[in-house]
Amino acid sequence: MYGNHQRDVNTEEIMKNRVVITGLGIVSPNGVGVKAFHSAIRSGKSGIRHFPELEELNFSCQIAAKPEVSEEQKRKYFTDLQLRNFNSSGILYGVMAGMEAQEDAGIETAGKNDEPLWDLGIIFGTGTSGTAKFREAIYLLDSGKVKRLGSTTVAQTMASGISAYLGGMIGAGNQVTTNSSACATGTEAILMGYDLIASGKARQMLCGSCSDDGPVVWGGFDAMKVLTWKHNQDPEHGSRPMSATASGFVPGSGAGALMLESLTSAQGRGAKIYAEVLGGHVNNGGQRQQGSMTAPNSSAVQRCIKTALEASGVDGYEIDYINGHLTATVKDPTEIRNWSDALGTKGVDFPYINSLKGMIGHGLAASGSMELVAAVLQLHHGFIFPNSNCEDLHPEISAIVDRNRIPIQTVSRPLNTIAKASFGFGDVNACVIFRQNSI
Amino acid sequence: MTSEEIYTKLQPIIAAYLPEDVSAENIKKDADLTQELNINSAHLVDVVLDVEDAFDIELSNNDLESLRTVNDAIAIIANKVEN
Repeated sequence: MYGNHQRDVNTEEIMKNRVVITGLGIVSPNGVGVKAFHSAIRSGKSGIRHFPELEELNFSCQIAAKPEVSEEQKRKYFTDLQLRNFNSSGILYGVMAGMEAQEDAGIETAGKNDEPLWDLGIIFGTGTSGTAKFREAIYLLDSGKVKRLGSTTVAQTMASGISAYLGGMIGAGNQVTTNSSACATGTEAILMGYDLIASGKARQMLCGSCSDDGPVVWGGFDAMKVLTWKHNQDPEHGSRPMSATASGFVPGSGAGALMLESLTSAQGRGAKIYAEVLGGHVNNGGQRQQGSMTAPNSSAVQRCIKTALEASGVDGYEIDYINGHLTATVKDPTEIRNWSDALGTKGVDFPYINSLKGMIGHGLAASGSMELVAAVLQLHHGFIFPNSNCEDLHPEISAIVDRNRIPIQTVSRPLNTIAKASFGFGDVNACVIFRQNSI
Repeated sequence: MTSEEIYTKLQPIIAAYLPEDVSAENIKKDADLTQELNINSAHLVDVVLDVEDAFDIELSNNDLESLRTVNDAIAIIANKVEN
């Protein structure tokens, strides 16, 4: 349980440092950079396209979401040398998002001959970040050309590649690591960073996640038949979270990043504060009861949400907005039921809720952090982005939640306390609570 | 191929691996690749791959071990090209 128990009189808990967000960064299929992404989510811009390559490879689902990164954007963060033989899209997106969050927070990187930034750490997760590079390596190895792998195959394909690249660019001197918990990776990363700051082990933590793209990453999901195959001709309508006609998710990619910082540190340097991280919780359904490798155990999901609320000192009715996991599969109604039961609210009392996946599909390990950036932007600027492709709300959902709580047009409304959760393969759950006006 | 011709062809290959604060003018014949030019030692294997492609030769593990300076590189290449 991660939390600051603001209202708790327990002295041990009160000793915890409060944690705020001072920087954001994102590389999303519908917008590269926070500014472009902010305007994209306000207008419901889709980042889903048809990929002829997937059609040629006999994929059932031939639509997907991939950030469109210009050469100029790439060269803002990478040197020519770093781009030599570089073929790891996850690391590309992660570095761009991470460095944007660092800049947005107004934190200087360490000079080449300076001491590292001892109080700044990095938790940047991924599922896979360099499968394209790995594929290259396999072809070379199989033809007896191991030498041709060169000096960067390891860094580009190791799980911790993304945190290692960022660590070097920034000069981070605190813990620098990569977490991996499938689709909950990004949300778990922020809670791991939160814990290090709350406990006084770090002052600033760059947290986020990334996922690479392409047939190798997406093929396994296509084989499982969890992707939609019904919208190859109309990609923008393919990802349909909470819809009665949802028919599977659309695979995506990208990266999101948040700079977490102790409130004291942020105030001390006069940093812009987006929101406070009140607390959260990570747990596992143990792949028991309804839970399995691929399906969530509802009692664990509810427990995760309730414990996150408790850790944050927040009651269910105080939640104004939920950024759902909601992937556009048959499990969406179950997720809504779990939120309703855990928060103890339904009908018109249920919070506003939306899913970014309607616009950019499911970014797998990157989904949590891209959605966190979307959630914090909505909290900070007071709006709820429209739910794409959800005109035909699933009847099991409309039986629980009032239609107006699932807007299909952008809603302008001040938000105070919000929740974001992610659930992933392996029955992992993560939920985090943010507040805007607590500072 | 004269050693001057090899040197001319070698300079842009090495230049690609120089850190940002080292200019290509420093690629003198007696310059030590890692100590003076500050090329990351991990990148020496990439320099070798590029040399192999450019000169259509193949370097051995022993060649790599004896590679310290630009002159070393010129000598190794000259030897292979002649053969």
